[in-house]
Amino acid sequence: MLTITSIRNGIVIDHIRAGLGIRMFYQLGLDKAGYSVALIMNAASTRLGRKDIIKIENNVDFDVTMLALIDPNVTINVIEDEHIVRKVKPELPERVEDIITCKNPRCVTSVEKYVPQVFTLVNRELGQYRCQYCDEIYTVGQD
Amino acid sequence: MLKGRHLLDPTDFSPGELDEIFDFADQIIQSPAQFNHLCDSSILATLFYEPSTRTRFSFETAMLRLGGNVVGFSEPTSSSVAKGESVADTIRTVACYADIIVMRHPKEGAPRIASQYSPVPVINAGDGGHLHPTQTLTDLLTIRSVKHQLTGLTIGCCGDLKFGRTVHSLIKATSRYPGNKFILISPKELRVPDYVTADLAAKGIAYQEVERLDEVIGDLDILYMTRVQKERFFNEDDYVRLKDVYILNADKMRLARKDMIVMHPLPRVGEIAYEVDDDPRAYYFKQAKFGMYARMALIAELLGKAPLDLENTSHLGQKDARDRKARGVS
Repeated sequence: MLTITSIRNGIVIDHIRAGLGIRMFYQLGLDKAGYSVALIMNAASTRLGRKDIIKIENNVDFDVTMLALIDPNVTINVIEDEHIVRKVKPELPERVEDIITCKNPRCVTSVEKYVPQVFTLVNRELGQYRCQYCDEIYTVGQD
Repeated sequence: MLKGRHLLDPTDFSPGELDEIFDFADQIIQSPAQFNHLCDSSILATLFYEPSTRTRFSFETAMLRLGGNVVGFSEPTSSSVAKGESVADTIRTVACYADIIVMRHPKEGAPRIASQYSPVPVINAGDGGHLHPTQTLTDLLTIRSVKHQLTGLTIGCCGDLKFGRTVHSLIKATSRYPGNKFILISPKELRVPDYVTADLAAKGIAYQEVERLDEVIGDLDILYMTRVQKERFFNEDDYVRLKDVYILNADKMRLARKDMIVMHPLPRVGEIAYEVDDDPRAYYFKQAKFGMYARMALIAELLGKAPLDLENTSHLGQKDARDRKARGVS
C-alpha cells in the first residue's frame, strides 16, 4: 500500500477519472512547481473504481474552469491546518477561449493561427462544446 | 433591416427576415428588368479559394443583373493568398475596394473570420464540408415557389450527408419551420455529422436515418439529392466504393408521390439518371435559376438597396432612368 502523507495547507483535487490526472498535472504547470506536489494514479475508489488524486502543498490560485474542462466530476478540497475547510465543484463555463483546441482538420483554426479558439457550451449534462468556426463538437473528458 | 449584415450561417436571418428576401426575390422574378440598375456603382468581390462554377456564376450574374460590377479571383494561386497572406489581411484589403464580399473557402469557418475583420457584408458561398447558406436560400425559395409553403413537409436528403454542406444548411434552416420532418438516406459511412442530429434532437424534431432510398421515397414531399464529392474524401477507395450507391432513376420515381419534387444543388455526377430530367417533378435546373434570383435579392438587401415598400416598386424603373440620365449614362 502506497502511503502519501496528508498536507497541512494546500489543495487536494480528488475524484479525477483515472488517466486524466496527468493531464491536469501538466495543465496546472505542476511539473514546474517549487513546492511539494503529489500525483497519485489509479488509487482505489468506491465511487469510481480507480481514480487519480493531486495533492498540492501550497495555497495556489488556479483556473478551476480549466479543471472542469478536463473532468467536470472532480472535487477540489481546500486544506487548512490539515482540515478540509472548503469543497469546490467546478462548473462548466458558457464560453471558453484558447483552452480547447478544435480537432477538426478542416477547421479554419488549423491554418489561421492568429484567431482564438472559441467554444460555446451546447449541452451541460453531456459536457458538449461547439467550435465557433466549424461547429465541431468537443465532449469534456474525452480525447 | 438587413443592410450591412453578414450571411455566414443559414440561421443568421430569422424566418421573417428570410421572408423579406423571398418577397423581394418574387418581385424580381415577376419583373426582373425593373431592377436592372438597383445596384449601379456598387462592387461585389468574389473570393473563391477553391473551384466553383455555378455558385460563382450565380453571384456574378446576380450582381450584373442588378447593374453592379464584379471583381475577384476564382482560384487562390492567382492571388496574394499564394504568397501566404492570411484571410484577415486579404479581407481588410478587399473591403477597401468592394462594397460586399462573397467568399468560398476550403476551410470550415473561414467566412466567419472574414466577417470579424470586414466592415462590409460578407456572404459565405461555401466553407469546406460545413455550410452553404446561399444554396439554402436557393432551396427555400424553390420550395416556397413550388410548394407554396415551408411548413409541414417531409424532406428526404439522400447521398453524401456527411460532407454535403448544402444538406447541413438545408436541415438547419428548414428545421426552424413547424411541422417539418426529415428522412436522412445515406450509407452509414456518410451519415450527417453528430451536431446536425444533436440539433434536431434538441428541438424535438422527428428524423430517421435509413440506408435505402426506394423504401422511403413514397413518403417524401421533397427529395434532395446530393453528389458524392471526391474532394471530400481522404482516400480514393472509399470514394469509388460509395459514389454510386444512391442513384435516382425512373423506377424509383414511380414509387414517389405525384407532387414530390426532386431537388439537387448541382453538379450531378451520375446520382440522378438523365431519364429523370423529363419528369415534371425534376426541379434541379429551375432551382439554379431560383438561386440567381435569391442572390440578387440578398445582395440588394445587404447593400441596403432593396425597396422598402415592395407593394409599390413600379416607380423604380423611372427613378433609375432619371438617375442614369442625370449621370449621363444611356
